[in-house]
Amino acid sequence: MSRDLSINVHHITRVEGHGNIVVDMKNGVLNKAQLDIVEPPRFFEAMMKGRSYHEAAIITSRICGICSLGHQIASLKATEAALGLEISEQTKKLRKILVHGATFQSNVLHALFLAAPDFLNVGSVFPLVETHKEVVLAALRLKRLANDIGDIISGRAVHPITLVPGGFTRIPTEDELFDLKMKLVEQGLPDVNFAADVLKSLAGEIPVFERETEYISAHSEDEYALYDGDIVTSDTGIHPVEEYLNITNEFIVPHSSSKHAKFSRSSYLVGALARFNNNHALLHPPAKKVATALGLEAPNYNPYMNTVAQMVEVVHCIVDSIDLIDQLLEDGLKKEKPNQQPTRYGRGIALTEVPRGILFHDYTYNRQGIIEKANCIIPTGQNLANIDNDMRKLVPEIIDEGKEAITKKLEMLVRAYDPCISCSVHMLDVEFIE
Amino acid sequence: MSKPKVAFFDFTSCEGCQLNKLNFENDLLDMLKLVDIVEFREAMDDTADEYDIAFIEGSISSPTCVERIHDIRRRTKILVALGQCAVSGGINAMKNDQPSDWVREEVYGDDKYLFPSLPAMPVRAVVKVDYEVRGCPMSAPEYLHVLKSLVLGRKPEIFDHAVCVECKLKENECVLDKGMFCLGPVTRAGCDALCPSFGQYCTGCRGPVSNINKNGTIEMLKAHGFSVTEAMKRMKLFNTNDMEKSISWGNR
Ligand code: SF4
Ligand code: SF4
Repeated sequence: MSRDLSINVHHITRVEGHGNIVVDMKNGVLNKAQLDIVEPPRFFEAMMKGRSYHEAAIITSRICGICSLGHQIASLKATEAALGLEISEQTKKLRKILVHGATFQSNVLHALFLAAPDFLNVGSVFPLVETHKEVVLAALRLKRLANDIGDIISGRAVHPITLVPGGFTRIPTEDELFDLKMKLVEQGLPDVNFAADVLKSLAGEIPVFERETEYISAHSEDEYALYDGDIVTSDTGIHPVEEYLNITNEFIVPHSSSKHAKFSRSSYLVGALARFNNNHALLHPPAKKVATALGLEAPNYNPYMNTVAQMVEVVHCIVDSIDLIDQLLEDGLKKEKPNQQPTRYGRGIALTEVPRGILFHDYTYNRQGIIEKANCIIPTGQNLANIDNDMRKLVPEIIDEGKEAITKKLEMLVRAYDPCISCSVHMLDVEFIE
Repeated sequence: MSKPKVAFFDFTSCEGCQLNKLNFENDLLDMLKLVDIVEFREAMDDTADEYDIAFIEGSISSPTCVERIHDIRRRTKILVALGQCAVSGGINAMKNDQPSDWVREEVYGDDKYLFPSLPAMPVRAVVKVDYEVRGCPMSAPEYLHVLKSLVLGRKPEIFDHAVCVECKLKENECVLDKGMFCLGPVTRAGCDALCPSFGQYCTGCRGPVSNINKNGTIEMLKAHGFSVTEAMKRMKLFNTNDMEKSISWGNR
């Protein structure tokens, strides 16, 4: 059986940043099936060196607008670890609410605005404004709610303002938090349940495909790890964050201006599906219920189900935000000043889960609090090798479906990973020469 | 009048400006009634041959960027630079201060010439830009103002006074007095003094005003115990290209 197939999707749409899908099959032999990353590199390392600890989070935030809160959190935690800055419980809780807001904003945007059009056979969300107005409105309300969290606690959702090493420049008022909670209860929960129902009705459109891989995420004993935790991999168990370089093992491939990564196998997966597979037991019950309703059971080996796992996380994040606000209001909000008295200088390593997966920042400061060395490892970069491996398994399996259907499934596959290409070409990971 | 055809394009950027633009959820559907979005890669599959207004995010930093922006300029009647990356090179331009060859070698080793890269430039360095929306991310009030004016066929107003003015109008507590190194006195208004309103100093993300009161600024910095060199360094965060070329604050 000899077959030829050549696919070249130039600048795939509905993903963040620029990538091309390239498939080349001759006489039934698959020579190439890969995602080319063609975004120009941005060289953040050149920007970090010589900058003070006040500026680290402001700069790394600009690696990516969608993940800006996550970059700030990882950056602040790395700085705080390096300088020995303790933060209060209140700061931790406020940050966790912000992480929830950013996670559910991004997950809603991806699942309902970028991925859903594929399930309904349209090219964008805009036609759905006419045909599926209710769900578009619910999705917009959810997005607005996530932005409200960002606006109230951090000044704005894209490149937040109030987060600084050691705390916040402004603490929200109790009234503001109470209003936020009411919106989450009265509007957020019904909207997300409605959106999940809609997704359920479309579940038949999610391609059937399986490829078991290594799943890597943060892990905590006490909660579904997003803000903090150790590293956990489905192959080798728990590792402290300090070991991250042994896990990510970045390498250069010619078809991508972003580096690839691998650990126990030739690739691994990070993001909502990895978090779900590793930590599902710690989800809040309403989120577990939605997972069951949507047919998501751990372990799940279908990368297309990442979109479903994202929806499950939206439920979890809303429920957990409500809990956290309750705790803050019960304890009473204190007008705390950020703790900016360094007790040491040196290296600090931190991780946090951003919507697309586990993120690492690693800085070394000199005695003046100036950055000497910085390294930052991004989820999308970690997923790229896994996307290529999925393509190589998928293409031969669906080769009889015709070029158009194959192209669509490949685009859907890349979209399911919700790649963030701006992030992946940040190129922060260099050793500075003194 | 038929609805103007609007397109959005992203160059070297974090796409935060594009995202910020989607953050007017309450007005989004109304806006769709006024304009016809014909191309927007991050959100839709469609492409178009011609546009009335093209919004450009990001800076020009590779040979491919140069070609793409020329192509877009040929197809559009009006071109708007969206956000500081497009307006001045933004945060990307910080790398322009470093030797390019060394930077590439550090990241890619022997493969340093695999991915062509240029200094990060503003869009106006390559093609004509009709209007600008400043800020990192682009300031929402200014964006809405420009969009509305263009839809109505009017010329948008350009701000050229300092963030300080807006801050005083909002009756904020001055963050300079709290010991923060704020660039509000020399930064272009139009963001409604967003950062000082949240207790944070202004990082100069909208670029310098065109007419900096040099002596006054230097006096003011000195009075708060800050140096001009440090102010220049901070201003470079988002405005390396501007600070290198056109502006000199005298005794650095
Ligand atoms: S101006 Fe700022 S927010 Fe806008 S694209 Fe550039 S880095 Fe991102
Ligand atoms: S206050 Fe300054 S840094 Fe903040 S948005 Fe305005 S111009 Fe930008």
